[in-house]
Amino acid sequence: MNWHRFHRLGIAAATVLIVAACGSSSAAGSVDWSKQTSAAGGGGMDALVAAAKAEGKLTVIALPPDWANYGAIISGFKAKYGIDVTSLNPNGSSQEEVDAFDGTSRAPDVVDVTQAVAVKNTSLFAPYKVQTWGDIPAGGKEATGLWYNDYGGYMSIGYNPAKVPHINSIDDLLGPGFKSTVALSGDPTISGQGLNGVIMAAVAEGGSLDDVSKGVDFFHKLRQAGNYVKVIATAATVKSGQTPVIFQWDYLSTSHGKDIANWTIFVPSNAIIGGYYNQAINKAAPHPAAARLWEEYLYSNEGQNLWLKGGARPVRQAAMTAAGTVNSAAAAALPSVPGTPQIPTAAQSTAAFAYLNAHWSAAVA
Amino acid sequence: MTAAGSPAFSAAARPSRGGRRLPLSWLGIIPFAIYIGCFLLLPTAIIVAGSFANPAGGIDLSNFTSINQPFIIQSFTSSFLISAISALVGAVSGALLAYAVVTGNPNGMLRRSVTSAAGVLAQFGGVTLAFAFIATLGTIGFVTVFLKNIGIDIFANGVWLYELSGLTLIYLYFQIPLMVLVFTPALDGVRPQWREATESLGGNTWHYWRYVAGPLLAPSFLGCTLLLFANSFSAYATAAALITQGGVIVPLEIQHVLVSEVGRSQPGLAKALALAMIVVVAIVMTLYSLLQRRTSRWLR
Repeated sequence: MNWHRFHRLGIAAATVLIVAACGSSSAAGSVDWSKQTSAAGGGGMDALVAAAKAEGKLTVIALPPDWANYGAIISGFKAKYGIDVTSLNPNGSSQEEVDAFDGTSRAPDVVDVTQAVAVKNTSLFAPYKVQTWGDIPAGGKEATGLWYNDYGGYMSIGYNPAKVPHINSIDDLLGPGFKSTVALSGDPTISGQGLNGVIMAAVAEGGSLDDVSKGVDFFHKLRQAGNYVKVIATAATVKSGQTPVIFQWDYLSTSHGKDIANWTIFVPSNAIIGGYYNQAINKAAPHPAAARLWEEYLYSNEGQNLWLKGGARPVRQAAMTAAGTVNSAAAAALPSVPGTPQIPTAAQSTAAFAYLNAHWSAAVA
Repeated sequence: MTAAGSPAFSAAARPSRGGRRLPLSWLGIIPFAIYIGCFLLLPTAIIVAGSFANPAGGIDLSNFTSINQPFIIQSFTSSFLISAISALVGAVSGALLAYAVVTGNPNGMLRRSVTSAAGVLAQFGGVTLAFAFIATLGTIGFVTVFLKNIGIDIFANGVWLYELSGLTLIYLYFQIPLMVLVFTPALDGVRPQWREATESLGGNTWHYWRYVAGPLLAPSFLGCTLLLFANSFSAYATAAALITQGGVIVPLEIQHVLVSEVGRSQPGLAKALALAMIVVVAIVMTLYSLLQRRTSRWLR
């Protein structure tokens, strides 16, 4: 009798499975996009666009409109596909982005995170390879498509030449002309941008990507000279004049040019520190098709050129330059980088953080 | 018709009906109990549970042992320091101001304006207060710029406004008025007759303060100082708006270990820090209520 019931249950389950299978193969609209690892796998780009339009919504997080041209990218996506984009917590950190994966329909579909957060949270991401996957350098992506570089740039010192002397080397910042002017754009124990600022100082001061102690020493000296300001630089603090000298990614620093005439960006030739942010899709994305379409849009020529217009270097820039599809005017407007860039690996960033975790507070207190 | 009377009375009034003997007066407290449950007890329970959970899902004390890191110890030291200094300075200045007000005309303009101003300013904290100071005393604040133009650079040795000293100054802005509010009732309780009695028994002003008013007011003064300590120890928004760089005090450190994107993110540690703060505030507030009980014996 028990076996009988089990048997019937088995038949019922098999029927459900068959019906479900038929359903998914017969109607294009019912492809389960949350399982697709490429547009082709789900029936091609047209099917993806149709499914995303049917979902009608996309939720993004921690994308300030003035950050790498995201304002224009979001409105471009909206206009092209008619999909409504909800932008959560624009000033959140990468950690807050993945913390927002709460399983509800309000969770973000896609994230744009630092390498440290991407590597640590792969179990929360869905693998997906955009059509232009081949253009992303092998070192800049997780092999199965759990995360992949999106755009990056170089750590720079942006400053207002009306307020401080011209900067030719990082040691200039220790001089008396920089009293209460120098700020980081993030707390280095919290933000990737802040951490890379200290790494840049370390390399410029004779350290290396593996030895960040010289950078901590530099900020200690800066603090003793009374030049370090304990404020996180933002567009507001730059505009008001509280932070006329800031360590920041060059592509973000350029945006201060619209507030400050002659805003100047300096990249020390002996310390060119590059860094990329990374895209990833929420494994439990409430809008799985729209999430994948968003990635396709970002990695299309159109999306990549929008980042470039914002001063960020999109990951496909080399491939697009070779193919002649790059927006050459925007590329020419990028700050020139005189030397060989160094990019910290995830392991080097983790080691740098570990050193800062123990020494940073004491150095700047 | 209400059943809120004494149980004996309602039982006598309706002897034959059983059942509804329970007094229903406690019903009135339900909204308050729900409020406290949702916004005080539940979060506290979550913090307590979370602070004993390790990242692997087990239960141990690892979050508490990781409090022993230099940057956390430093922020606790700073928190205690800023709370103690702002409480002491606030208590002394607030008490003096309150005394000046109380000894004046009870219905006079001075008393009415000071108490109402204190009532407003004691609540004037957070982002607005931080912004007010940035706009006046910040690096580009108008007072700073004005003084610089006449040759005085208040930040000649670095910008102390974004340091502990600046934060202490700003906290005093709401600590002193709070002291005036909580200490004035105690001063009002001191009767002029006691002073007259001291004088008729041959005592002078020193004797009056040393043997009569001092001992009477001391518990209240200490209690109010503790209240000020707790007030400053638990303040978050003012410091967060002012000092965006570095976890100078514990509440900021809690935020930092929650949001770090480069490796400091440890939700369990954040909860352990919060629990440590709850313990400190609970101890301080218990002492406060003990002292208040002692005060209320004499000063009514």
